[in-house]
This record gives sequence, structure tokens and C-alpha cells, in this order.
Amino acid sequence: MTKEELIIPENRVYGKPSLMNDTPMHYCPGCSHGLVHKIIAEVIEEMGIEEDTIAICPVGCAVFAYRYLNVDWIEASHGRAPACASAVNRLWPNKLTFTYQGDGDMACIGTGESIHAMNRGENIAMIFINNAIYGMTGGQMAPTTLMGMKTATCPYGRQADLHGYPLHITDIAATLQGTCYVTRQAVNTVPNIRKAKKAIRQAFENAMNKRGCSLVEIVSTCASGWKKTPEQANQWMEENMFPYYPLGDLKNTVQ
Amino acid sequence: MMDNNQQNDYKLLKGNEVIALAAIRYGYDGFFGYPITPQSEVLETLAVEKPWETTGMVVLQAESEVASINMLYGAGCTGKLVFTSSSSPGIALMQEGISYMCGNELPGVIVSVGRGGPGLGTIQPGQADYNQAVYGGGNGDYNCIVLAPNSVQEMADCMGKAAQLTFKWRTPVIILSDGVIGQMMEKVILPPFTPRRTDAEIAAQCPWATNGIGLKSRHYNALSTLEFDPQVMEDRNRAMAEKYKRIQAEEADYELYRVDDDTDYLIVAYGISSRVSMKAVDILRENGIKVGMLRPKTLWPFPSKAISKLSEKIKSILCVEQSEGQMIHDVRLATEGQATVYHTGRSGGMISSPVDVVDAFKSMARETITKNWPKGYWIK
Ligand SMILES: Cc1ncc(C[n+]2csc(CCOP(=O)(O)OP(=O)(O)O)c2C)c(N)n1
Ligand SMILES: [Mg+2]
Repeated sequence: MTKEELIIPENRVYGKPSLMNDTPMHYCPGCSHGLVHKIIAEVIEEMGIEEDTIAICPVGCAVFAYRYLNVDWIEASHGRAPACASAVNRLWPNKLTFTYQGDGDMACIGTGESIHAMNRGENIAMIFINNAIYGMTGGQMAPTTLMGMKTATCPYGRQADLHGYPLHITDIAATLQGTCYVTRQAVNTVPNIRKAKKAIRQAFENAMNKRGCSLVEIVSTCASGWKKTPEQANQWMEENMFPYYPLGDLKNTVQ
Repeated sequence: MMDNNQQNDYKLLKGNEVIALAAIRYGYDGFFGYPITPQSEVLETLAVEKPWETTGMVVLQAESEVASINMLYGAGCTGKLVFTSSSSPGIALMQEGISYMCGNELPGVIVSVGRGGPGLGTIQPGQADYNQAVYGGGNGDYNCIVLAPNSVQEMADCMGKAAQLTFKWRTPVIILSDGVIGQMMEKVILPPFTPRRTDAEIAAQCPWATNGIGLKSRHYNALSTLEFDPQVMEDRNRAMAEKYKRIQAEEADYELYRVDDDTDYLIVAYGISSRVSMKAVDILRENGIKVGMLRPKTLWPFPSKAISKLSEKIKSILCVEQSEGQMIHDVRLATEGQATVYHTGRSGGMISSPVDVVDAFKSMARETITKNWPKGYWIK
């Protein structure tokens, strides 16, 4: 049997979402970004809203997200995606506007924009990739870096007296009146990928139904930044990140 | 207040109020801004007018000027016509966003109602933000078109001109005003209502915009300033530089006041300084001095050619600006060494009076007489 004979539609159990193009991804092996991109592409495709989607990517490893998904993209400056999205959604209220941000982007340089967009109850969805590190710039300390965790700028481990404490921005988000759905997910296992996809779908639906702001945190790996193999990174995340950033819904007012 | 039948009626309004009212009438899609003196009336007037109920214009008080300019950035990416308004420290916070807007060649209008600086400075009027507007503080090779109104009527007119230029050239337009023009009341005729563009019109005008329209029948749009290939980045910069050259060739605008073939001296002034200087020119003319004024109506592009031409004949130029001297450098460059350029002005919130300008003019004239002029030429 040739390959062509094997690849017949009824035999296919898996396909690449049509919104995902063939541009080779720049992500490192074991990185969570690529998986989350794929989930987003699937959800937009399943909802059939590609002509009604305005995606906003950050400065961070996901800066090139616009290369991989065939929807209209805006690359915002570092931390400002939520401000950008607020204006876009108010001007195009019937479209899905979502931001895609790292921890440095959302919880450090863009904390103000993130909290205020959530607090205004902007009808947008925010996808938050928390890998506890600045991936793009080479593994420096992030606001979400765990206590004791080593990075390029805290080489002896994060210490409270020098660096302060990890910022739980998702917990803060849950206290804001403008958020309708705040959840923490991961993409380390197939069941978790399915849950994360469900969460992103709900966030996108909330935005389309003008229910307020949704935040989906994805606790993520950064094998390169953490100086681990992909497998070690997943294990390290489960052992160290999950206890500190427990998975599950923090708030859901749309049931 | 927003009645088409009354469109030819004169109204007595503040410059800042007129910015808001003109924006609604010119069909702007949105405003995003943060309060700061001396321009808070812009947002306050919009809040009273509630244009979201009439024209559908969006009005949002942002959490900071950093947010405001990034709201403009996002809106510009989607092809909408939007503006923000701020004053000196607020415009300082917008510099990164302005650079991003230029990098992606986006439309957007930024009203800057100048006060005295540096730092928190003063809430009193100033023109010390010439460099901030014309040379910018953002990174990279970029320019913004800078319009300089000198009356409440021109505040309205500039909102229309800026709306047109920002789409024509796909580059942000700054309206550089000052606390006097923003706060003073003058009679004004507001423009008639122009409807906001429909989605279809936006799609036709801005095929590059990231608004999803027609996505299935086109390649998707991505607006990013990032480029890792230095050759591609250089090509982009060069294409922008070409565009800037064309803007310089086509859009430089100025006005002459009492300049004729016999003019011996020239005053160059913009904004409130040009209003003060007109009076000074009148006083000097009454005393038999052949002086005229050139008023740049665009600060970028700067009317360098006109100044260069005039300085073939006119050897002394007084640059009047309410700062310690910023535009003077462009005036000097424009003369190409053919004339001596002097500066006068107040700063920190003080404003020159016409008599101040006349006095400065006299000391300039005395100096140039001893240096350059034949004996016996004197002024009263
Ligand atoms: C104003 C500004 N400051 C700093 C940078 C440099 N920078 C680029 S990405 C980044 C951190 C990104 O980290 P994060 O948001 O966690 O995303 P990740 O790369 O980990 O996905 C920094 C500091 C920048 N581009 N702009
Ligand atoms: Mg990160």
C-alpha cells in the first residue's frame, strides 16, 4: 500500500486545523506555545468565526504567532495588547478580539493595561501563557518565577528580599467585577489539552456574547529557559508549578 | 448643539471644546484619552455630547496615556479613524506607541495641547514641545506630520485636515497646539456633519487593515513592526523614507503676513506666538519698519523652501516661540546660512507680549545694523 492509498478521509483520526498554515514554527521542542496556537486555531475554526476574529499577539516568544494562524493579527508593543484589544473591540463590537500574552507581558510591563481591561469588563478574551520566565529574551526572571527558581537574572534562585514574590495575577483577575470567567489550565497531557480547549472555547464564546472579560491562564513549560529536556520540563512543571498555580476555574459567572 | 441647520452659525467656543465637536462632525470613529491640563475639556466635552448615541463614535477614558496611544494603535490597525488628546507629560508617555504606529504606517490623530516643562512643569501654556512633536522621542527612523493651528477655528479645521492626511499618507498626524489656543474662546464655524465610514468603505479604503473583513477571499493581514532580516528591515525603512520625502515635497504649508518685495526683516512664529507676532509686526510697520511674518502651518514637513527663498534677501530673522528655542534650529537650517536667526520667547508658562517681541526685534535690529547693515539705517 502506498502512502497516498493510506491517507483517505475515513482513515484519518487527526488533522491539522485549516487555519494553521505550513510556516515552520520557531518554538523550541517541548514549548507549550505551539500547542496553545493549535487549540486556538481549532476553536476559531469550529466556531466558524475566522472572518470575525481580530487576534492580538504580544512581545514575547509568541511575537510571531501571526505567522502561523490565518486570521488577521495585530502585534502589540510589550504589555499593551489589552489596551489595543479594548479599542479594537469597542470599535468592532461584533467581532472576537483576543489577546495572547506571556507572564512578563501580562503580569509585569503590562499589569496596568491587563487589570484595567479586565476591570472595565471589555468583551475580550485573554490567553495568558505562564511559563514563569522571560522566554524570548533568554530566560530572565519573570513576575511569576517561583521562589528559589534559578533564572539568568536570579542565578542563585529567586529570593524574597531581593526579588519579591511571584505575582498571582489570575487570582487578582478573579476578584475584578469586570471578569466573567477566570480559569487556570495546562497542556501537558491529552486530557488537559482537551480541558484547555474547552476553556478557550468558553472564553471566546463569552467575548462573542458580550459577557465581559475572560482570562485563561495556561501554566506552561519553557524547556530552554528552564534548562531542561522537554520531558523534564513537563515533570518539573507538574511538581513545582501546579502546587503554586493550581489548575481549575477561579471564577465562572456564565453557567 | 449638533444641528446641521446651524452649521453656518458662529459659535463662541474654547479651542479644546472645538477639537471634540469637530471630531464628531468629521466622522471620527473614536477617542481614547487620559485627563491632563490644559486639554481636559476635550474628553469632558465628548462625555457631555455622547456621540456614541448619535454618530456611533466610541469615547473611552483610558487608564494612562500609554494605554491611550496603544488604543489608537489597535484602532489604526483595523482602519478606523480615531484620535487622542493630551499635553506635554502625557505626550511623552506616548512616544513608544507613536513609533509603533509609524512602523506599521497607521492612521491616527494625536492632539497635543502644550504646557510648560520639563517634568511636571506647569499647567500654564507653552511651546516647549516642538522637538517632542517634530523630532519625537520614539525609536527608529520615523516622522509624524505635525499641524500647528493658531486659532480656535484652525483647531476645528486641523481635525478635518488631519483625518484626511493620516489616511492619505498612512502616518500619524500630530496637531501641536498650546494651552492658550486650547483654553481661549473665539468665534468659530463648526464643520457640517460627515457620516462615519461604513465597514465596506473601510475595507475598500484600507485593504491592509486587520479587521477580518473578507478574510476568506484574501490572504490574512498581519501588522507587525518586527523584522529579523536586516535587509528586509532596511528595505522597509527606505520605503518609509521615500514616503517621508514625498510628504515633504507635497504637504509643507505656511502663511505669510505683511511680507512683500521690500521686506527687510522676517519673524517666524507658529501657534500662539504667531498671534502675538502679528500684533508686533503691525506695531513695527506703523513705525516704518519693513517687517513681515512667516507662519509655518505644518511643522513637519517644515516650510524650509519658503524660508530659504526669503533668506536670499532677508538677512535677519527673529524666531518667536514660547520656549528657550527649539524651532529656531529648523529655521536656521532652512536659511542655509544666508541669514542670521535670533530667538525670542518666554517659557515655563510665561507668554511674550507683542511689546516683548517688538523689544526683541529692536535689539536684533541694532545688532544686525552694526554687523551687516549700512550706516544711517535705524528704527524708532
Ligand atoms: C518595552 C520593551 N521592553 C523590553 C523588551 C524586551 N522583551 C522582549 S520579550 C520580553 C519578555 C517576554 O516574556 P514573557 O512575556 O513572559 O513571554 P515569553 O517569551 O516567556 O513567552 C522582554 C523583556 C521589549 N521588547 N520591549
Ligand atoms: Mg514567560
